Amino acid sequence: MSLSDQLIIAPVVIPALAAPLALLVMRRRRWLGVGISLMSCLGLLVTALLLLNRAGDGAIRSYAVGGWPAPFGIVLVLDRLSAMMLVLAAVLGMIALVHAVLTRADRAGWHFHPLFQFQLMGLNGAFLTGDLFNLFVFFEVLLIASYGLMLHGQGRARLKAGVQYVIVNIVGSSLFLVALGLLYALTGTLNMADMGLRVAALGPDDQGLLRIAALLLVSVFALKAALVPLHLWLPRTYAVTTPAVAALFAVMTKVGVYAMIRVVPQIFGDGAGAAAWVPAPWLLPAAMATAVMGFAGVFTARNLSEQAAFAVIGSTGTLMIAVAGWQVESLAAALYYLVHSTLTGMALFLVADIVARRRAGQADQASPGPAFAQRAGIGLLFLLAAIAATGLPPLSGFLGKLLVLQSVAGTPGWQWAWAVILGTTLFGVIGFARSGSAVFWKTSPAVDNAVPPPSRTDDMVGAIAALLLLAALFLCAGPMTAFTRAAAEQLLDPAATAAAVLGGR
Amino acid sequence: MASAIAVLTAGGIYLALRGRTFQVVLGLTLISYAVNLFLFVSGRLTINRPPIWSKTISDYADPLPQALVLTAIVITFGMTAFAVVLSLRSFLETGSDQVDGDEVACATDSDATPS
Repeated sequence: MSLSDQLIIAPVVIPALAAPLALLVMRRRRWLGVGISLMSCLGLLVTALLLLNRAGDGAIRSYAVGGWPAPFGIVLVLDRLSAMMLVLAAVLGMIALVHAVLTRADRAGWHFHPLFQFQLMGLNGAFLTGDLFNLFVFFEVLLIASYGLMLHGQGRARLKAGVQYVIVNIVGSSLFLVALGLLYALTGTLNMADMGLRVAALGPDDQGLLRIAALLLVSVFALKAALVPLHLWLPRTYAVTTPAVAALFAVMTKVGVYAMIRVVPQIFGDGAGAAAWVPAPWLLPAAMATAVMGFAGVFTARNLSEQAAFAVIGSTGTLMIAVAGWQVESLAAALYYLVHSTLTGMALFLVADIVARRRAGQADQASPGPAFAQRAGIGLLFLLAAIAATGLPPLSGFLGKLLVLQSVAGTPGWQWAWAVILGTTLFGVIGFARSGSAVFWKTSPAVDNAVPPPSRTDDMVGAIAALLLLAALFLCAGPMTAFTRAAAEQLLDPAATAAAVLGGR
Repeated sequence: MASAIAVLTAGGIYLALRGRTFQVVLGLTLISYAVNLFLFVSGRLTINRPPIWSKTISDYADPLPQALVLTAIVITFGMTAFAVVLSLRSFLETGSDQVDGDEVACATDSDATPS
């Protein structure tokens, strides 16, 4: 195995090394710790781009950790989808980290940088792994880091939301383990590719158990993805946490979506007997309810970060409407929309943070306040982020929604899907217009204790970068959709993955 | 074995649905015990069999669930410790050990503002 083949494990190793290093040097030399953290993010970005370039040829590469062959040892699998997700996580991590450092949000507690690196490690590991139990372990890594990050800076509201967040996720992890135990008892393997083959060979007696296991597994992923009715933990958690962290968390719900589109075609695909596409009938109604709930929340949210959190839920709903089709076209549209919606969620949280930092008393509440510094510029940023979130031209949200609409046309229940997507867009537009006009257009008389606005304007860098990426996503839509289409084709061909992972077996 | 798991799960779910954090943490612990037992028996119950393969032995216990249970125990132990500390902090800071504290106070809480 040459050195370049070892590159596959680098996205897990780099943050795993950077986190303890940053922890060690943080006490004495703060700037060195920050430097290590930034270098690690940069390294991740470069590695992810290299891997993306490599995955572009369509071959599926597997990396046997410790040299143990596939069904026995743990494998990491690199295909187009995982490479794409790696790049997305690296970009998000980079922007969130730069924003946190520039706004000094990382100084509110001791261990921001080590936790941030562990979070990235968990994300990357979850995107790469080809082993179901390993997926659980990486989920736990990213969850434990996220508990720390979520509580970063502390305060009453965060602690209160944190308790609920932790409890919900512990229950989710328990259910994940139950599903894993069932699947292992049925198939005797934990490797996803191998499991896909063995599920097809199960006898009729085991089909009931298999269905239960499949549905349990999918409901755990739905919990992570915050699909209705499992979404209740999200709005409060994301709204009260540090905005830079919330921006990174925008990718965490997408981990649930990713796990679903990775596991379902691979294990519960056409050959899986009674469990074939077992979540499909549930997914479409849940996705539509999620979109409606999310954008209704956008409509009623009381402050901008809460609005951003609901926009994340709504976009997950739109995304899952496309995923629920399980066709090449709809999955390709879903992947394009996934990239777009993650970046949008991040932009919304960052803009909410910028507003909150300039309005002392009111923070980011959607109510009129005294005029604040750089209001026109920030208003423009908010306008662009809202345009992206609701899916109006000229940003990538428009294309994303168009692709989703196009791909679901003709599938069963497509009229409902169209009505939901278009209706929620209207809701979103009104909601964002309302809060935007309250924050940026109306002014109330200045209060006595107005604080001077921050002299620095570099906290806008993160939001501008996210919006530029969205514009780039729109301009590069041609190659991008070709790539997501190829990724979707790869996903829906589990036999090829199995052949690549398990070798000649 | 099945009834042990069932009793643990039932007790765990009942406690986890209570309003106070201490009972919820206990409930989560019970659920995690049930899950650990469940994982352990997912490799079938075997008695007096070595878990390591050798040429002279034809029957052996499945070693994988044991490794899985070990991992799961470590993770849930860490999680439980974290949940205990977190609920203690939350109790000290908010003065309430209810899982869902005061809704209105939370929404208008200026703590959410980053400084």
